[in-house]
Amino acid sequence: MTALPTAEDLKAQIEAGVPGAMVTIVPNGSPSAQDSLLLDHEHARAVALFLRDHPDLRLDFCSLVTGVDWLDTELTEKVKVKKLAAGPDGVETEQEVEETRKTKVPGYLEAVYHLFSMEKKHGPPSLPVVLRLRTANRSDRNHVPSLTSVWRSCEFQEREAFDLYGIVFDGHPDLRRILMWEGFEDHPMRKDYVPPADDILLEARP
Amino acid sequence: MFGEGILQGLYETARNFFGSYVDKDRLVTVQYPEERHQLPEATREFPFLLYDGPDPEAGLRCVACQICEKECPPRCIHIEKSKDKKPDFVGKQQFYPAVFDIDVSVCMSCQICVEVCPFDAIRMDNEYELSTSNRFGGLLYTKRELAKPNEYYRKIHPTEAAETDDRRAKEAEEAKAKAAAAAAAAAAKAAQVAAIPAVAANGATGNGAAPKPAEQPADKKPVNQ
Amino acid sequence: MTTVAELERRVEAGEDGLGDILEVSMGPHHPSTHGVFRMDVRLEGEKVVRLKPVFGYLHRNHEKIAEHGAYLSAIPYTDRLDYLCSMTNNWGYVLAVEKLAGIPVPERAEYIRVIVAELTRFQNHAGLVGFLLQDMGASGTPLMYAFREREKILDLFESLSGARMMCNYLRFGGLRVDCTAAWLEEVRRLVAGLPKFVDEFEALLRTNEILMARTQGTGILPRELAINAGVTGPMLRASGVNYDIRKVDRYGVYDRFEFRVPLGDHGDVYDRYMMRILEMRESLKILEQALRGIPEGPIMDPKTRLRGLRPKAGEAYGRIEAPKGELGFFLISDGTGNPYRYRVRPPSMINLTILEDMCLGHNIADVVVILGSVDIVLGEVDR
Repeated sequence: MTALPTAEDLKAQIEAGVPGAMVTIVPNGSPSAQDSLLLDHEHARAVALFLRDHPDLRLDFCSLVTGVDWLDTELTEKVKVKKLAAGPDGVETEQEVEETRKTKVPGYLEAVYHLFSMEKKHGPPSLPVVLRLRTANRSDRNHVPSLTSVWRSCEFQEREAFDLYGIVFDGHPDLRRILMWEGFEDHPMRKDYVPPADDILLEARP
Repeated sequence: MFGEGILQGLYETARNFFGSYVDKDRLVTVQYPEERHQLPEATREFPFLLYDGPDPEAGLRCVACQICEKECPPRCIHIEKSKDKKPDFVGKQQFYPAVFDIDVSVCMSCQICVEVCPFDAIRMDNEYELSTSNRFGGLLYTKRELAKPNEYYRKIHPTEAAETDDRRAKEAEEAKAKAAAAAAAAAAKAAQVAAIPAVAANGATGNGAAPKPAEQPADKKPVNQ
Repeated sequence: MTTVAELERRVEAGEDGLGDILEVSMGPHHPSTHGVFRMDVRLEGEKVVRLKPVFGYLHRNHEKIAEHGAYLSAIPYTDRLDYLCSMTNNWGYVLAVEKLAGIPVPERAEYIRVIVAELTRFQNHAGLVGFLLQDMGASGTPLMYAFREREKILDLFESLSGARMMCNYLRFGGLRVDCTAAWLEEVRRLVAGLPKFVDEFEALLRTNEILMARTQGTGILPRELAINAGVTGPMLRASGVNYDIRKVDRYGVYDRFEFRVPLGDHGDVYDRYMMRILEMRESLKILEQALRGIPEGPIMDPKTRLRGLRPKAGEAYGRIEAPKGELGFFLISDGTGNPYRYRVRPPSMINLTILEDMCLGHNIADVVVILGSVDIVLGEVDR
């Protein structure tokens, strides 16, 4: 059994193997040491095929697909700005003033794929290769490409991410709700989901 | 031979059937409710509150710290803290729960309240015949229904209870010694200043002193063994 | 045979003269679906031409509940995923937390984990085979024998953890309570008697002509499809793929035990049935070795805080070989006391992906058998 290449090696291999692919390494701060690779939408399928069919990698087993919701955040930073201000003697001079600046960072939805190799059985320790796809925002531009055509195991799990998070997987053969019922409107796993009041139970109380 | 497999299966069935008359391992059925299993000591059903001594109000170990309320995964515990305080088993003034409700229709018997309780106040019962005809009130247990004496705990979980009792007796002893030392120091100090008699701190009362066995609440059936 | 697409087109066009196309909703209240599971089946005569699994009837958003609670309070909820195998569910979750927070586990705790996990695997497989045979018409008898042995294992679980099915026994960093020497002696006594049960259980129907006619060649799952569809566990190994996470990951102390990974040849229902029997034997082997080698010592990592655990921001994926396949937990921590993202990889749901592929072209009666051989528990499929 061979060890899996590091995230940096994988990035280099992908960029050499799939021309034009943009791969960003997303570091992982926990002791698990499972770094992930952020892919661009355009080449995601080509990268997936490359990883699956590469003779040394053979990541033929897509174990886990899931959505993650990252809310809009407000980044607060202190910046030093030069400003004209009146000094104690009444003369206006340029001075450095500290200002807090708030920038809105738009949130996004993320599809995370965990890959292993059944053929090569990398490891131990057998670390997953983690792929991430991000949507542009959380409301209208919530599309990512589907990888179901590469790994069949994504079929139900992408449906689940669609159902619970509202990520639309382009190219999925059968993108319907899977756990909630047809006609349900919201996406219950989102962080800002407000559950409806439990009227049925309240009515039942004597 | 065709049919051999079926014959072999029939042979196994016959072996099990006749074996069940002689081999205890082949017959594990218990004719409930006429016969009952001896419950293992670890069995847990729903939580109850422990009290020391004869009075469930005065002896209640719970100090209304509300840790169990926060940690309970299905949030089935409801506690309201008292306004005043009463002494606990080492004589320290503590709050007590004015209201302590557990909705056992929500409770999932996970024992996390027991694990997180730092005061040995909540433990798991092994009473399992809890059916009631009242769907809402009947399964909402109040403080009065939940409180059970330490003797009951010793009966259903002897090993665990012995450990707890030993630990608490030791704690009470230490607290007593500490109080005595403090009192002695205070007395010495007082004697130095003037000849005013020192008032000794009230000694601790605890379960270490083997309290009288208390009656069980009248509305509860005795434990099924 | 008419192609599915062709038939669908004709059905949707409302074409007349399709008297032999029948749409059947199997379930959700059907005794053979192992819970509230529904299959939208289209039949041409008795042949299945389309099958869509429908589930979610038991959906309670387990993941959301866990994200709202502390790390500790998710453990009792994992019991309720695959409610037949609470011990292995606990293990999958605590393994992920241990990876996330870098928590070591004492050796004795690892051994007891192996013992309870293999007992769980044994009782799950015994129960599954019983249910599978029940689905095929062997009413009651094999299931009763399986449940008789399962009963003994559950009694052991009760005297160890306090509950028969919802054990809530494992903790990150170790176990909740230690087992006594008397308990270990009980397990030894039980494990000594179980090979006899497996022999009898196997002899009961292994060579039964009716069973062979029903199962051999039914629901064949080709090797390549099994890998691509992420099928795991005994289902995958019945198709001949040597992939057992106990061997690949060597989590816990599994590298210390000698055991084989049984593999199937054909990937049909009969292979899956035999796979469970063979895995029960391997479990017994592991149990014997674990019971021989169990050391004395602590069962809990002293530095771990159960209440108020706050792992560093980051993520981890932990997985184990559960009786039904790869059970994984994916956790993202943002440094607070509850997980930012908590995700279960449910083996029984993902194993259902290829249900349609296995059933196409078979008789409707075989659907029951094929579904039975997948081994699903709806508590885990729906979460």
